[in-house]
Amino acid sequence: MRINEIATIVDGEVLVSPSVDIEVEYAFAADLMSDILAFARPQLLMLTGLINPQTIRTAEMSDIPLILFVRGKRPPELLLTMAQETGVGILLSDYSMYETSGLLYQAGLAGLGKLSMVQQQ
Amino acid sequence: MSQNFSLFARMGKDLPLSILHELTYEIQVSEVMTANISTLPPTTLMRAVKDMMRDQRVSGIPIVSPEHQELLGLVSVEDLIRALEQERLDAPVTEFMATDLATALDEEPVVEALKRIETAGFGRLIVVDKLGNLTGILTKGDIMAGLLQTLEKAYRKIEQLQQQEQSHHFFQALNSDETSLTLRYRVQVGDFIKGGHASSSIKKALQQIGATPQLARRVAIATYEIEINLIIHTLNGGHIVARIQPEQITIVAHDDGPGIADVALARQPGFSTASQKAREMGFGAGMGLVNAEHCADALHVWSAVNTGTRVEMIFNVTPQ
Repeated sequence: MRINEIATIVDGEVLVSPSVDIEVEYAFAADLMSDILAFARPQLLMLTGLINPQTIRTAEMSDIPLILFVRGKRPPELLLTMAQETGVGILLSDYSMYETSGLLYQAGLAGLGKLSMVQQQ
Repeated sequence: MSQNFSLFARMGKDLPLSILHELTYEIQVSEVMTANISTLPPTTLMRAVKDMMRDQRVSGIPIVSPEHQELLGLVSVEDLIRALEQERLDAPVTEFMATDLATALDEEPVVEALKRIETAGFGRLIVVDKLGNLTGILTKGDIMAGLLQTLEKAYRKIEQLQQQEQSHHFFQALNSDETSLTLRYRVQVGDFIKGGHASSSIKKALQQIGATPQLARRVAIATYEIEINLIIHTLNGGHIVARIQPEQITIVAHDDGPGIADVALARQPGFSTASQKAREMGFGAGMGLVNAEHCADALHVWSAVNTGTRVEMIFNVTPQ
């Protein structure tokens, strides 16, 4: 699933286009960066309600190409600049974390399945 | 190419024509169209059409039924001019709009839509989905912008690939009896804005000298967790030192306090003493060291209360 399709499904807005329009295969939703770091993999879409710069760093470190911010929390300009510099794509949806995840799951975007506590590849 | 489209002719001045032509087969209408367009109900007066065209700077507005969003027609600037000439701005839009519409399917390749625009001489196509519902509008400008954007992305991808080619083998270009590169970073306590700077720089350096994406990611994630620990827990911040060798990467983080009372406990999943501020930033779940340990081939912690902590992580560089 690519960024424009995701934006349509969650009735969202593309705030920053990714440097490469990568196809994501799974999504993972969390407000805890350590959780995301533990399960991160390339081609993963990150859903989060946290809008501080560490979300970009987390994506950058773990090769996550896209971040979708939920419940209409518009990230600050600094974060968007960082996203542009690192090539991470940014989306915004007004739906809650639960509903955004539900819409994407319904549209066929897979989750990571059952997870043991730490599973870094 | 079989047909000589005037749009290609104009765009193709400095570009090989075949590339653009191929792209129009690859890109879908939905990728380049303008979505989320404004529509008007059939009861609208031409006066309101004029206002909307002026305010929103659009040259065509789809007319849809308010009940089912069914597409009824399209009113264009040409229709508005006719209404102005006839001084009939108070007539409903249905008397002037075009009902014989040129449409494109959102899933069809751009080339099909482009053919229709060029051969029929339409300024724009209405884009509908399989069910006939309006999804957007497609103009030549949209196609042009979409092609340029795709070309730019392809260009960037090629650049990235070339960069990877150049540094294919880890440290291959350097020759010595013992090669190592040392990178040292200062990490400020409490600096959540710049936090991650050291890890980010180390990751970029590894990519530049030809580390595999997997190795670069493992080192980056582990270093990032340790960097965040320095930001959250130390009294005066600390240092991160990366020593990069052809066979092995060693990352050391050290600080001067407060030290960890029970190192074994600190390495347990879920154990945390992080502040509220750190938790607001999405950290402090007690998973930092656990994550880092998982990424590294070895992780050692030495600590003494009131003295400081030293974390050493070792990553083996496996042959590609």
